[in-house]
This record gives sequence, structure tokens and C-alpha cells, in this order.
Amino acid sequence: MIELKNISRAFQGQAILENLDLTINTGESMVIIGRSGCGKSVTLKHIMGLLHPDKGKVLIDGRDITSLNEKDLNKMRMNFGMLFQGAALFDSLSVLENVGFQLFEYTDMSLEDIKKRVAECLGRVGLKGVENKKPAQLSGGMKKRVGLARAICMFPKVILFDEPTTGVDPIMGDVIDELIRHLHETLKITSVTVTHDMKSAYKIADRIAMLYDKKIVAIGTPDEIKNSDNPIVKQFVTGSAEGPITDNDENGELRSKDNSSHSHIKNLKIEL
Amino acid sequence: MYKKILTRSILGPFNYAKKSVREFFMYIGGLAVLLVQTIFWIFVPRMRKIQLLDQMSKVGVSSFPIVFLISIFTGIVLALQSAYQMQKVSAEMYIASLVSLSITRELGPVLTALIVAGRCGAAMTAELGTMKVTEQVEALETLSANPVQYLVVPRFIALLIMLPLLTICADFFGIVGGYIIGVSKLNIAHGMYLKMSFDPLALKDILTGIIKSISFAIIICTISCFEGLNSAGGAEGVGRATTSSVVRSFILIIIADCFFTALFYFIFAK
Ligand SMILES: Nc1ncnc2c1ncn2[C@@H]1O[C@H](COP(=O)(O)OP(=O)(O)O)[C@@H](O)[C@H]1O
Ligand SMILES: [Mg+2]
Repeated sequence: MIELKNISRAFQGQAILENLDLTINTGESMVIIGRSGCGKSVTLKHIMGLLHPDKGKVLIDGRDITSLNEKDLNKMRMNFGMLFQGAALFDSLSVLENVGFQLFEYTDMSLEDIKKRVAECLGRVGLKGVENKKPAQLSGGMKKRVGLARAICMFPKVILFDEPTTGVDPIMGDVIDELIRHLHETLKITSVTVTHDMKSAYKIADRIAMLYDKKIVAIGTPDEIKNSDNPIVKQFVTGSAEGPITDNDENGELRSKDNSSHSHIKNLKIEL
Repeated sequence: MYKKILTRSILGPFNYAKKSVREFFMYIGGLAVLLVQTIFWIFVPRMRKIQLLDQMSKVGVSSFPIVFLISIFTGIVLALQSAYQMQKVSAEMYIASLVSLSITRELGPVLTALIVAGRCGAAMTAELGTMKVTEQVEALETLSANPVQYLVVPRFIALLIMLPLLTICADFFGIVGGYIIGVSKLNIAHGMYLKMSFDPLALKDILTGIIKSISFAIIICTISCFEGLNSAGGAEGVGRATTSSVVRSFILIIIADCFFTALFYFIFAK
């Protein structure tokens, strides 16, 4: 079980998370939705112990990881896999070395076995024969999938996906959704997925949590979220430009000024 | 209103100084922590031989041509410049000693360190900085690898081995540069030049040069890796980190050189 308790975190004096509470049960597929820049990635990094909260606790199976030493933290991380938003593949290593990183580092598997396991993981995400390429030779979507293969390579018990389908074509996006669902159903993996793609959220989630204004404002099954009365949730899941979210932020202001700025442009003369 | 501006303009420099001093000590503290961590991780088993060899070739082999060029020309320039004065008092002979001593004690180690800081230190900062801003360093952590052990230690050892070796090469080629001028232009006899070069040269001159270059290697690696691992703010941040890594390495190299020269002076002068 993963519990975020009363997490507050600020960057350069600006609060990103404030008193955030979230519990993810073992074996559950949790999806966190929210607008860009609202702190979804920051939340994931707290679960992994990459960022430390200014206040609050992160409990993994009852153990507070913010107070673990490096050795115990690394031991815990062996059970975790993480896909980064930008894939974060190691530029200097080939795809084989990237995906098999932990196999090379921590096991004494033979090269043949490692290659086999890596090919299997790559196959899972629909890639074949890219083992000897460097990350710079791959497209954005392919990098994402290699990152996904790296995250699942060591049979982790918990996987954190940061926008797994962003930048991936719709067909491949569906394959990835299927994969996450499959991992979850067959291997009973606990997963936390960050996304703002509602279609994929409905597909993979057992529960969906919405992050807004530094905390979780709504949490529930996909159906509950879909039919939520909360105007904030409603606006987000329907993807509408009108609503409480846009009324409270700068975008809203921009929009209301739009008319005047247009008239401004009309008055512009282009001199040749 | 005026009072506020007045107090601010009076206190401003003080606050600024206070902030700068604090930042300076935080920086030095950060460097020290990184250095201690690096030394700790050197002794944790699992040496990454391939990475080490890769770094050694990046630092040593590919810096060799420029070290060769700069040291040989420095030797030539030194011999020519001192020839002005020495010829006046017909003491051309001593040009050989002057060149060999100033190269081994001072110019060899310092010039090599400056070259390596500019070439390899900057590259290290840029590489680690890019890894940092593209979350690769965090990815290493999620894969249970320690960034210091994985990234800094191979660079540290490579510099520690290659910088002294490059310094010895620079010493040699600097003396060769002086020899070329001394023998071909200043008509000093071949044997005489060699004798005057190596007679005053004691083992301690070469050794103190090596000790200096080891300290420079530590400085270059620690600053470059620290700047890289602490860069933030995308490509611009990496650029800024690279610049300050080179500038700060240069400053610290010169300060350390001054310190060691003074130290050796007081040890050996008696
Ligand atoms: N390391 C950092 N340093 C400073 N600010 C950060 C850092 N990481 C994230 N932030 C800020 O936190 C906010 C949330 O970021 P993030 O979690 O990446 O958003 P998203 O929900 O799109 O994943 C952003 O405004 C970002 O500027
Ligand atoms: Mg994000």
C-alpha cells in the first residue's frame, strides 16, 4: 500500500502541493489526472523518493520512505519501476543496455539471457530489432516505449507511469493501455499512472484521482468520475474551455482579453 | 519613502555581501560533500572498467595533441624570450636550465590543467548537466544506481591517472621546445644544452609538479561534476553551468597552484 500523507512541497517559495492525501491500495491501478503543471510528476517523484516533501510522509507498506537511508531506499526501489515523462533514456547507452540496465548491474545473467529478456520486454511494447540503436536515433514515441520496457524489465511490483501515452500514436497508445491493464490483471501489479488522456484513464483505472489546486479534489471509480457533479471534474473530463478551472487562472484572463487583443491586431499595419 | 530607499541603498550592499558569502560557503560545502562521496564510492566494489577506459581515452588520449602543441610552443617562447636578457650577459647556457625548471615546476602542470579543464571539464559538465535536466540522473536513482558511483567515480579516476601523465608529456615536450631553439638558433651545443637542462633538475621538481597536477585533477573533476549535477533550467542552464564550471576551475587551479608553490617554497627553501 502506498500512502501519501499530508504532503506539502514548494519550489523556490511557490507551493506546488499542499496537504495532499492519497492512498493507493496494493494491486490497484490508480490514475492521476490533472492539468499540465499542476504537480502530477512531482507527486510521482515523491512516491519514488526522488523528491522529499517539505512536510508530510510517504508510507510504502507502512514504512516512511522519507527517513530511509540510501541502501534501504535502493532496496525498496528494486521493486519499483518508473517511466519518466520524457522517457529519460541514457544517451550514452544502447537500447539493449538501457532496457537491461538492472540485469547487467545487479544480476549475473548471461548476455544471451539478458538479450532474450530485453527482446521480450521490447516485444511487449511493440518494438523489434532496435536493441543496438542509441536513444538519439529513436522517435519520441519509440523512446517512451523503450522507457516503458525498461520500467517493466525487472518484474517490479509497483510501476509508476508518467504520461505513458503522450506523444505516442493512437494505435500504439491503445497497445500501451492494454499492456498496463494486462500487467495489472495477470501479475497483480500496483500501478500509478499520470495522464491527461481521459480515454486511456477510463480504460486502465480502477480508481481515478484528480489533482487540482495543489491537492486531490476528487477520487473515485471511472464511472463516478465520469458522472461527477463536481464542476471542476466535470470541466476537465469533458475537456471544455468554459468552467471553474479556466475562470480562476490566467488563461481565463487571457481569454477575456482576447477581443481587445484581436482589435489591436486589426489596427496593425504591415509596412513593406 | 525616501527613508526606505535610503536604508535599502545603504543596507543593500551589506545584504548582497551577506548573501554572496553564504552562497560561497554553500558552494564550497557542496564541493566538499561531493568529493567525500566520490572518495567513499571509489572503495565500494564494482569498478566499471569500460566506462573508466572510455573516460581515460576522452581525457588523456584526445587531449594529447593540444597538450603537445601548447607545451612545445611554450618551450620555444620561453627560450626566445629569455634569450634577450641572457645574450646581453652572455649566459645563453642558462636558458636551458631556466626552461626546464620553469616548465617542470610551473608551466607544465598549470597549462595542462587549464587545457584539460577547458576541454574535458567543460564536456563533463555539459554531459552531466544534460543528463540532469533530462531526468536521466533521476532515472539512474530509480534503477537503484548511485549517480556519484556511476557517473562521477570513473571520471574522477580517469582524471587522477591521466592528468599527471599528460603533465609529464608536457614537461618533456616543453623541454624539447626549448632545445629546438637553444641548439638551432642560439648555437648552444647539443650535449651542453642537455646537461644544463637536466643537471639542475631534481626529482623534487618533477614530483612537486605531479603533486600539483593531482590536486588539479581533483579540482577539475569535483567542480565539473558538481556544476553538472546541480544544473537546472534546460539547455540554458546547462550552458550556464558549463561556463561557470570552466571559470571556477581556472580560478581554483590558479589558487591551488599559488598555495602549493608557497608550500613547497617553505618546505624546500631551507
Ligand atoms: N525540480 C523543480 N524545480 C523547480 N520547479 C519545479 C521542479 N519540478 C517541478 N517544478 C514545478 O512544479 C510544477 C509542477 O510540475 P509537474 O509536476 O512537472 O507538472 P505536471 O503535472 O505537468 O507533471 C511546475 O510548475 C514546475 O515548474
Ligand atoms: Mg508531468
